This record gives sequence, C-alpha cells and structure tokens, in this order.
Amino acid sequence: MNFKLRIWRQADSKSNGKLVEYSISDVNPDMSFLEMMDVLNDRLVKEGQEPVAFDHDCREGICGMCSMYINGRAHGPMKLSTTCQLYMRNFEDGETITIEPFRSAAFPVIKDLSVDRTAFDRIIAAGGYVGVSTGQAQDANAIPIEKHHADMAMDAAACIGCGACVAACKNSSAMLFVSAKVSHLALLPQGQAERKTRVLNMVEQMDEEGFGSCTNTYACEAECPKGISVTNIARLNREYIKASFSGD
Amino acid sequence: MALDSKIPAGPLADKWTNYKNKVKLVNPANKRKLEIIVVGTGLAGASAAATLAELGYKVKSFCFQDSPRRAHSIAAQGGINAAKNYKNDGDSVYRLFYDTVKGGDFRSREANVHRLAEVSVNIIDQCVAQGVPFAREYGGLLDNRSFGGAQVSRTFYARGQTGQQLLLGAYQALERQIGLGNVKQYSRHEMLDLVVIDGKARGIIARDLVTGELERHFGHAVLLCTGGYGNVFFLSTNAMGSNVTAAWKAYKKGAYFANPCYTQIHPTCIPVSGDYQSKLTLMSESLRNDGRVWVPKTQADAQAIREGRKKPTDIAEGDRDYYLERKYPSFGNLAPRDISSRSAKEACDDGRGVGKTGLAVYLDFADAIKRLGRDVIEARYGNLFEMYHHITNEDPYEVPMRIYPAVHYTMGGIWVDYELMTSVPGLYALGEANFSDHGANRLGASALMQGLADGYFVIPYTIGSYLSGEIFTQAIPTDHPAFEEAEKNVRDRISTLLSINGKRSVDDFHKELGKIMWDHCGMARNAEGLTKARTMIRELRDEFWKDVKVTGTADSFNPDLEKAARVADFLELGELMVLDALNRNESCGGHFRTEYQTEDGEAQRNDEQYTYVAAWQFNGLDNDPTMHKEELIYENVQLAVRSYK
Ligand SMILES: Cc1cc2nc3c(=O)[nH]c(=O)nc-3n(C[C@H](O)[C@H](O)[C@H](O)COP(=O)(O)OP(=O)(O)OC[C@H]3O[C@@H](n4cnc5c(N)ncnc54)[C@H](O)[C@@H]3O)c2cc1C
Ligand code: SF4
Ligand code: FES
Repeated sequence: MNFKLRIWRQADSKSNGKLVEYSISDVNPDMSFLEMMDVLNDRLVKEGQEPVAFDHDCREGICGMCSMYINGRAHGPMKLSTTCQLYMRNFEDGETITIEPFRSAAFPVIKDLSVDRTAFDRIIAAGGYVGVSTGQAQDANAIPIEKHHADMAMDAAACIGCGACVAACKNSSAMLFVSAKVSHLALLPQGQAERKTRVLNMVEQMDEEGFGSCTNTYACEAECPKGISVTNIARLNREYIKASFSGD
Repeated sequence: MALDSKIPAGPLADKWTNYKNKVKLVNPANKRKLEIIVVGTGLAGASAAATLAELGYKVKSFCFQDSPRRAHSIAAQGGINAAKNYKNDGDSVYRLFYDTVKGGDFRSREANVHRLAEVSVNIIDQCVAQGVPFAREYGGLLDNRSFGGAQVSRTFYARGQTGQQLLLGAYQALERQIGLGNVKQYSRHEMLDLVVIDGKARGIIARDLVTGELERHFGHAVLLCTGGYGNVFFLSTNAMGSNVTAAWKAYKKGAYFANPCYTQIHPTCIPVSGDYQSKLTLMSESLRNDGRVWVPKTQADAQAIREGRKKPTDIAEGDRDYYLERKYPSFGNLAPRDISSRSAKEACDDGRGVGKTGLAVYLDFADAIKRLGRDVIEARYGNLFEMYHHITNEDPYEVPMRIYPAVHYTMGGIWVDYELMTSVPGLYALGEANFSDHGANRLGASALMQGLADGYFVIPYTIGSYLSGEIFTQAIPTDHPAFEEAEKNVRDRISTLLSINGKRSVDDFHKELGKIMWDHCGMARNAEGLTKARTMIRELRDEFWKDVKVTGTADSFNPDLEKAARVADFLELGELMVLDALNRNESCGGHFRTEYQTEDGEAQRNDEQYTYVAAWQFNGLDNDPTMHKEELIYENVQLAVRSYK
C-alpha cells in the first residue's frame, strides 16, 4: 500500500508548527499504524533528518501513552481503539492521512505529536484516591460488594488516561476523564468517606488546569478507546451538586 | 566481597516475624530528614514510594513515561496470587511457598519466597481498601481463578486488566502523597547513572527528557524499581520503553548482577508477521484449557500451508501431530510454559512450522467448538478471540490461531540480600529488576505479587536497618566531585552517540542484537552457539560505536537519543547473559542447554554443582566479570525432578 502522510512538525512548545508532507510506499497492510511510523522514522534517520516524535509504550491499548489525532479524529478511524491498535488495512490504499497531536490548551505540545498531559496527574493528586495508607486495611472479604456495583466500578476504572476525550471535545473538556475516576470510587463502599471532598477538589483542579466546560456533545464518548460512558458525567454532576449543597 | 544474603536465623515460618521484631527503627523526626530516591513507578516503585512517604520519609520518584500510571506493570492481564484460601480448597502460605519454589525449578531462596507467600494476603487486603475493583461472585465476595503450576484457585483478577487496576491503586496512593507534598514526582526523567560516594549509593544523574538537561539528585538511599530487560531480544511482550539502563549503570558501579541468563519465554504469543514488527502480543495462557496445539506430521504438508496451497482445514486428522498431547499425555496442552515453548520451537526447527514464515504452530478450537458450542467458547474467550482477529485479520472461530513463543519476563536481575539491598550499601532493587524470588522460572500471577510485596510490605521495614545508621548524614551537596564526575561521564557518552554520525539506525543494531540473542541465548542454548554469540555481540558493539546514526541534539526532546543510549547498554548486557548461560552447565527452568537433557529431551538439572545463584561483578568491559556464588540451602523442601509426562 502507498500513502501520503501530512504530519504535524513542531520543534518545541515555543515554536510554531506546521503540517509537512511525506510519502511512504510498500506498506504492508498487516503493519500497525505505529510500525508504519517506525518505518518512516527509520528512513528519516538514515536520510539524516529528525524522526517524528510521538508517544507510545505498551502498543497494546492499555498504557494510554499513544495519542495521535488522525484524519480529524482522536486515535483515528476505528471505534474503541487506541492509536497503537490501528492497522494499515484500516486505511485505503493511496489515501492521504493527516496526523496531528491531541490539541488542548491544557495539553501543550512538547514536540511534533507529543503533548504534556500532566494536568491529569494533578487532578488525581487533588483527590482521585481512597485515603488509606499501607497497613491500615482490614481483611479483603470483610467488605462484600454487590457484583453489579463492582462491575460498574470496573467499567469506569477501565479509563487509560489517554486524553482522547479532551482532544475530541470542541471545548477541551476533561469531564469524561474526571467522571470516570469519581464514579469508580463513588460506586464503592471504600470511596464513601471522602466522597464529597473528592469530587469538589478534583473539579476545582480540573478548572484550574484550563479544561473547558461540558456542553453535552458526547464527542468524548464516541472517541473514547475504552468505551467510558457519558452516564459517568451525569453521575459526576449529581455528585458535585450534592457535595456543593450539603450542610457539612 | 563475600556475598551475605542476611537470611535471618530460626525456623522458616518465623524468620520474617522475628526479623520485623528486631529490625532497627527510625523515629518520625529523623525520617523527615532522610531522602529516598525511587526510580520506577511500576507496581514495585509506586507502592514503595507511596508507603515510604506515608511513613514520613522525603521521597523523589522517577519514571521515563509521561505519567507514573503508564509504567509497564499496567499491561499485566491475568492476575495476582495470594494464599487467602477463600475457596477453602486447601491453600496455605506453605503451599504457595512450595509451588513457587518448585515452579522456579529449585533455584530460588527459601526464606525470600516464604516471606512473599506470607505477605501475599496483606496485598489483597491493601488493594481492596484502595478500591481496586477485583472480580466478585454474586454473594459480593472476591472471586478467584486457577493458574499454571498450582492445584488450587488462588489468583485474584480484575477482568483482563489486573495489572492496570493494581497499578492505578498504587498510582493513586502515590499521587495522594504527591498532593500532600511528601513525594516529588519527576516524570519524563531517565536515570542515566548512579552516584556512589565512599562506597555508598548517594544519588543519581537523571536526564530531563523534555529539555535534555542533566540533573543531579542526592538521596540517603536509592531504590531501583526499573523492571525487566526482556527487550534485549528486541521483540518481546514488554512495552517499547522497557530497558536495562538503570540496572546496568548500577552494575557498572558495583552492584552484582545475578542469574542474567534466566529468561522466561511465553508459549502463546501472536507470531511475528514481518520484519517491520516492533513488539509481540501475549495471548492468555488460559486458551490452552480448550485449544489443541498441533503442526502437520509431514514437512510437505507444512510447506504446502506456508505457500498457501493448502489450508489447515485441508489436513486430515490423521496427518496432524498434536505434539504436546503425544509427548506429555498427562498434562497435554497444559504443559508448563518452558516445556510448551521448547516443543513449539522443535516442531518449527523440524520444518513443520506453519504461517508464511514457518515460525508458528496452530492452537485449534475446532474440537472445543464442536463439543461445547460456539457460545460457550465465546463466553470464555470472546475478548481474546476478538483481539486476535483484530491483530491478524483472521477469525479464530473459523481457522486455528497461529501462535509462537515470545520473550516475556526476566527472572535474573540485580542481586539483593534478604533486605533487598544490593551489594552497594544504600542501593536497593525491587520488583522485576531484582533476581530474588522466582528462581529459574516464574509462575503466572507471581510477578505482580512480588512487585507489590517488595514495595508495600518489605522495603518499609528493611530500609530502616540501613537508614537508622544514616540519621546523622547531612544531605551531600550535589557539587561533590562524585556528582561532577558521574554527570560528566553521562554528558560524554551522549555527545559521543550524537557525534558518530554513521550509516545505521539504532533499530538496525537493536534488531541484529535481538536476533543473536534469540538464536543463541533463547529457548535452547549450547556451548558452541553461546561462544559464537559472545564474539558476534562484541563485534556488533564495536560496530555500533563506529557506525550508529543518532539524530537531533542533546538539549532537546530526543526519543532517538534515548533509544540509542538504551541499546548501547543492551549491547553490553547481552554479553553477560551469554557468559552466564555458558557458565551454567545444566538445564533448569527457562535456561535449557541442549547438552544437558535426558534421553527423551527433558531438562536435566545438576543440583550437586549448580544449586547456587551466580552473581556477577563488573571489572571493566575488556575483562571478564568475576562470579560470586551464593549457595542455595534447602532446609525445608526436597529437591525433586519436575515431570509432566
Ligand atoms: C504482557 C504482560 C502480561 C503480564 N501479565 C502478568 C500477570 O498476569 N501476572 C503477573 O504476576 N505478572 C504478569 N506480567 C509480569 C509483570 O507485569 C511485571 O513483571 C511487573 O509488572 C514488573 O513490575 P515492576 O514494578 O518491577 O516494573 P515496571 O512496571 O516495568 O516499571 C518499571 C518502571 O521503571 C521506570 N524506569 C525504568 N528505567 C528507568 C530509568 N533509567 N530512569 C527512570 N525510570 C526508569 C519506568 O518508567 C517504570 O516506571 C506480565 C508481563 C507482560 C509483559
Ligand atoms: S475517558 Fe476515555 S478518552 Fe478520556 S482519558 Fe479515559 S480512556 Fe481516554
Ligand atoms: S501505546 Fe499504550 S495505549 Fe497505545
């Protein structure tokens, strides 16, 4: 297969970037998208040009590191898939593929396709945990949890923190990410003690990081590789209102 | 230096309790003055950093990914073992201990493994308290599954994402401490050297991967929680960034490297599809419960399949060789990892492999689908079948899966004593980075257990033994000559890499090294191949330093440079692995020397001469390293032959 690639090149966070064209031929349809990028980079290196910087690690759709905006979609054309899980057979021979970084004011570009998502870590540090120190736990089976609740908590906990929801949203809202963590912990008995402070602190940090507000377009859910549902956003809103108006 | 494993005296079951009762403590006021560097934020590092900060120590935490949550532990699927005996099926701390020692082919330390089994129960309690959503039964209590090498159900799991959920638990505990100001996090930072002052570990040199700046960090103690080195083979199930650099720098600064040749090769991975391949994907071992492994009986049929003239379904039942069932009638398709892997290789070496490359065997579900119906198979393995279909574009309900063994885990690593301290005082190694608990072969679901045991429950006690003697040590200013020199060495190495300006890319070298390792130090090894490999690695290393091309600059975000520095270390590690494999004139666990096998091709241990840990001391690249032996003393279990016939 042959492709024309238009790739965002930007030297660092201070420089301006632009789309640069490359062509690539003899691509095996069984190659993954990132392997196609490896082949391109290997060629660029041998030609003495700087390879395209992009983030990746597990290449199995679980670490949340890969983050490309492909043909106008976060993680590209496949539903429920990360960038690293795309294969070249998912594209048309001869197609022009435009590759950009995840864009958001809260995710500044570091170089080319790599962005800084540490804002997500700071939101978790603000309250996305159960405050139990090592050694303070009781026997694990002392807390029975209804299977249905445990399963719903697991659905929410499956978020990989990739940021596609932010990149997909015209407002750059991080509500899907935040709601996934708030839901995971609010659904479990272990999360009850800090239920109110957690949601208030996480939302406050989210606002401070410069993420936009949610206007219910659901673009986030459509692009989320892990199928995190927007019902979590509804739960976040309820949790937030309850916490804001409670007396204590 | 003599190797002192510091195993406490007393009966096996009391050693850890006695140790904890007697270990020196550090009072809270002093803890606040002591600084600890934790390199790595996987299960081992994140749990250690969070727990030490909770205790009051000042912690700095490092990882090369953009967030601590992305450490490679995130990718573990199957589960984590613990001797909870919630199933009432006869499990106990002793049984978990025994299974692990036996699974390791009697090449691990009894006292360490027993401690691991003891604290396994605390791990599950801790994780549940953090909100880890383990699978549950309808009654609301925790569910378990069975895993290889055990006759009880002791594996806890969270769908197919156990590693992810355990790591997020540890990550959240870590973020809590970061929020409280007790831990300072350095993401996108890579440790590039260890600083040793007066014989003690006192800090690290790290590169800020975004700006390229070299930084000096002091610590009263340094913990390496930097994972395994399977990527020396280029292709493995490890994440792309997994590497040996931190451990290797420690080795070059005096930490002994133990049993580097012990590598685990997992039998069920999706085969290589072309030379562009960047990594291999694991297919869960559980598939072997219902799938039957086979290759054609004749080379002619295999060739016809490879050339596309025949389909697997064209091969009549009588013309198929279900080789695991034939060779190991009592375990059949569930033979252990090392044995299944080797058998697949033998079949392919015999010219009977399938797939375009001939390096694959079939894992066939046709019988199971006939017997149980497609629905049952879908309920059991639906997500795995989907994943396979997605990656290979073949539907495993219609055609048999193609699988082949792949490098998965490294049992070897930095040598540590019972306290997890390396041979450099003040330097510790935790998790996959150390060599300690799995002997020559790791059982499924025990790596997650070990990482969390080390970080949550072992190091918080054992580090007091050393730090109680450091309370009067003031923070050493980082303009100390040892920091200067270490930083200069790092800087020089980086500028050399950038100045070679040769013709070959880093990946070119990495792939070539991987092929040498796979061919000669992989599933089957022998003296002749290993000797040859050693020369080849040396030559390749020389060529690397003459002809590698690294683009970009030192003072910018430069993934090409990061990779080059890691591959340079792999090129040194490879030689040590080969040397260790040459030294060990026996077959055990993941180390199979073709000269040492029984008449019917099974591994032959040599307990008389090799019941020891080989801990290697660096003497400069031009000299052979010195081997120190730690004799393994078995007081509680009887050494036995593993048989699966
Ligand atoms: C696909 C797969 C599935 C698995 N499934 C299971 C399973 O089901 N059950 C089980 O028990 N085990 C499983 N394992 C094994 C297990 O996941 C690992 O052994 C374990 O997670 C390793 O944890 P760790 O904390 O030691 O290291 P890692 O999780 O690898 O973390 C290493 C850390 O060190 C950092 N680091 C490394 N070098 C440097 C440096 N120079 N500077 C700064 N930071 C550095 C990295 O950034 C990272 O944070 C699996 C492994 C794989 C590959
Ligand atoms: S909610 Fe979905 S898209 Fe957003 S960070 Fe989590 S996994 Fe990624
Ligand atoms: S590289 Fe890990 S999710 Fe894509």
